[in-house]
Amino acid sequence: MSKTINNDEEVKIGIYICDCGINIAGVIDTTTLTEYAKTLPNVSLAKEYTFMCSSIGQEMIKEDINEGLINRVVVAACSPRMHEPTFRTVVREAGLNEFLFEQANIREHASWVNLDDSEGALKIAKDHVRMAVAKLNELKPLEVELVKVEPTCLIIGAGIAGMYASLDLAQEGYDVYLVEKEPTIGGHMAQLDKTFPTMDCSACILTPKMVDVEREEKIHLMTYSEVDNVDGYVGNFDVTIKKKPHYIDQEACTGCGACAIECPVICGNEFELGIGTRKAAYIPFPQAIPGKYTIDMTKCIKCGICASPDVCEPDAIRLDQKPEYIDVKVGTIIAATGWDLYDPTELKQYGYGKYPNVITGFEMERLLSSYGPLEGKPVRPSDLKPPHVLGFLQCVGSRDFRPGKNKYCSRVCCMYATKQARQYKEKHPEASVYIFYTDIRAFGKGYEEFYESAGENFNIKFIRGRIGELYENKDHSLIVRAEDTFLQKQIEIKLDMLVLSCGLEPRHDSDQIASLLTIQKSSDGFFMEAHPKLRPVDTLTSGIFIAGVAQGPKDIPDTVAQAKGAASSAATLMAMGEFAIEPYYSIVLEQKCSGCKSCQSLCPFNAISFDVIKNIAVINKALCKGCGTCAAACPSDAIVQNHFSDDQIFAMINTAIPPLAKTENGGK
Amino acid sequence: MAEVKEDFDPYILGICCNWCTYAGADQAGTSRMQRPANLRILRVMCGGRMEPLMVIQALKNGADGVLVSHCHVGDCHYVEGNLKTFRKMPLFLKMLEQFGVNPKRVKYTQVSASEGAELTEIVKEFVKELKEIGPNPLRMEE
Ligand SMILES: Cc1cc2nc3c(=O)[nH]c(=O)nc-3n(C[C@H](O)[C@H](O)[C@H](O)COP(=O)(O)OP(=O)(O)OC[C@H]3O[C@@H](n4cnc5c(N)ncnc54)[C@H](O)[C@@H]3O)c2cc1C
Repeated sequence: MSKTINNDEEVKIGIYICDCGINIAGVIDTTTLTEYAKTLPNVSLAKEYTFMCSSIGQEMIKEDINEGLINRVVVAACSPRMHEPTFRTVVREAGLNEFLFEQANIREHASWVNLDDSEGALKIAKDHVRMAVAKLNELKPLEVELVKVEPTCLIIGAGIAGMYASLDLAQEGYDVYLVEKEPTIGGHMAQLDKTFPTMDCSACILTPKMVDVEREEKIHLMTYSEVDNVDGYVGNFDVTIKKKPHYIDQEACTGCGACAIECPVICGNEFELGIGTRKAAYIPFPQAIPGKYTIDMTKCIKCGICASPDVCEPDAIRLDQKPEYIDVKVGTIIAATGWDLYDPTELKQYGYGKYPNVITGFEMERLLSSYGPLEGKPVRPSDLKPPHVLGFLQCVGSRDFRPGKNKYCSRVCCMYATKQARQYKEKHPEASVYIFYTDIRAFGKGYEEFYESAGENFNIKFIRGRIGELYENKDHSLIVRAEDTFLQKQIEIKLDMLVLSCGLEPRHDSDQIASLLTIQKSSDGFFMEAHPKLRPVDTLTSGIFIAGVAQGPKDIPDTVAQAKGAASSAATLMAMGEFAIEPYYSIVLEQKCSGCKSCQSLCPFNAISFDVIKNIAVINKALCKGCGTCAAACPSDAIVQNHFSDDQIFAMINTAIPPLAKTENGGK
Repeated sequence: MAEVKEDFDPYILGICCNWCTYAGADQAGTSRMQRPANLRILRVMCGGRMEPLMVIQALKNGADGVLVSHCHVGDCHYVEGNLKTFRKMPLFLKMLEQFGVNPKRVKYTQVSASEGAELTEIVKEFVKELKEIGPNPLRMEE
């Protein structure tokens, strides 16, 4: 009846039931569970302890292994996604193969979801322990595969997050491919005027860093480029980068700007959010890096003026340039793709896009900017006069619990509205400025003081209440009605201009990036971290990290901190030089394979080739990522996935369901 | 319509992928989202590893319901393993019916790692539906 492993050793299973303080034992009767565990096949001992993950708990397991009492281990505790690595290490350190371990989840899947149903939770816990034992009886020792980690990092997005991560890694000696889809680095921060709470000028602190990035030898800057494809695995990613055609030879271009001066096509300037204009031959903004020109082919009329030698002296114009594809090999990847602004057009009640004097906070940022289209003197769009009464409305596109809307707080709008209100008051002390808010969230260092001072020293009026109604007068001024929820009374104010403090959203193309990198997104649509507290910059895909607003809304200080965190995590991996990957790859049983090739087309990683001489499929274990799709599909049962073999899974299914009679009486 | 058997406690076996639904179930636990104690989860790495035979075996062994769940299409950790199961399932469910098994005993869903709340609702609803259908006749025979 008892099973054997390698030669004739008898299977002796040790089961360790964790109380997890009261997290498990507060709901589940762990003493009963321990007694039950002892009755399962090939179980030599079952013990209960307060915290199995503590050093005492770990020692318990080691001692039992060392004394020869057990040779396989089940820990019934939290999710294996939490502590499987911990206990595998324990098992390995005690001299056993670390894959002769199985964790039964009795916390996340039992006690925590059945806080008021002790019996129910116990029932689930017993089933999970029984299934773990069934699998453990079938487990085979496996060898961990060590893969080399290429000391090179790909960073996607050169906003403040991508730039800081690149600089840190380059200074530590790693090569960095920094890929930015726009013709310049800098991201959204380049479009901000001043930055809360210290009011330093955004460009003044950003542009020197942009120059550092360009100058850093280890950073291979690829602007106007996109990641086209990612293959491979941790330590060994094969990346194809598409360099979009600038239609101007970037090596030859001196950045003199003659092409832009002569270009006859005038179009909207994205950098100015359409408020200003640019030419079809352009540079996004004067301090752009690299300071080379690009021709926007969607606008170019191909008149050829710029190409004439009188205009472009270095002869850099290439109207027939084609995209270029570049292959690089990297060990780690950081996604720092940032955010899109929420588009308030859908909120019809606020009249954005219909009433000229309703603008977004981001547009206000450009109006306030000293190098913006109005040189820092905001006017209301309808008559180009400075507004006397200015309103800000908070939480536009954030904290909205209606279906399909953004439930999260965007974390920067309270502060940027306060900043902009203050900047306006500095320029127009006589103006009245109102901020209509839901709650003021001034959580950062120096933020509360900044908010306090806005009311006290700048006489900005904060009104707690959302705008309920908004009308436009003939002269394009706006009547807003709101409830002041502190005074509990209706108020009506005539505004000259209203700024909608729009929230931050995931990039519209973040789905593509997520599937390119096979990383997950959380329910708010931002990239998901591996653990909300303990692994905030890792993703569930080894070797891929996230930083900045791509992970969730945050201000510049938090963005920079996270970017440095992501750089450090990537550097740690590259400094180790090797990474242990789980040996969950699949194997072809030669005698069983009929050579039908049905597995070959199913493999998402092209890991299966065909041996024409033996007429069998062959799996390359370095390419195989261990999904097991081929094992599921093989009509001859000739493919076995390590650690998830048919024997192991069916053993679990066969013991999972206790016979009815037993569950009803005494089976518990 | 069908009579709801309140004292019947349906046994549900979940076959879930590691990266999405299993993680989503972890998230439901971490967030203490309460659900009836009917679901046990068997973890496989990918939706692509799921075989119809696993479901059949569970039903044969007497499970009242089987929940097959993996990442949303397009979210697969292994690019498109889940797509293979996504294609197999409709056919399989049809086949089950022809075999005389109520296809409502098999619930096929896509739950991401952040959708603990969705999973909780799915389980609640599944339990309700199974209470209407009643126990698995194969289990009664034991
Ligand atoms: C109106 C407003 C005012 C603000 N004011 C302040 C302030 O005063 N102080 C403060 O601390 N914070 C402020 N913020 C917040 C600040 O803008 C963000 O914290 C900051 O921009 C985050 O930087 P990031 O690098 O994460 O993202 P981003 O700045 O968005 O940079 C991302 C970069 O990635 C690139 N990219 C995107 N997708 C791809 C792709 N697929 N391939 C290649 N490249 C890609 C983008 O082109 C961009 O360059 C403000 C925000 C708003 C909306």
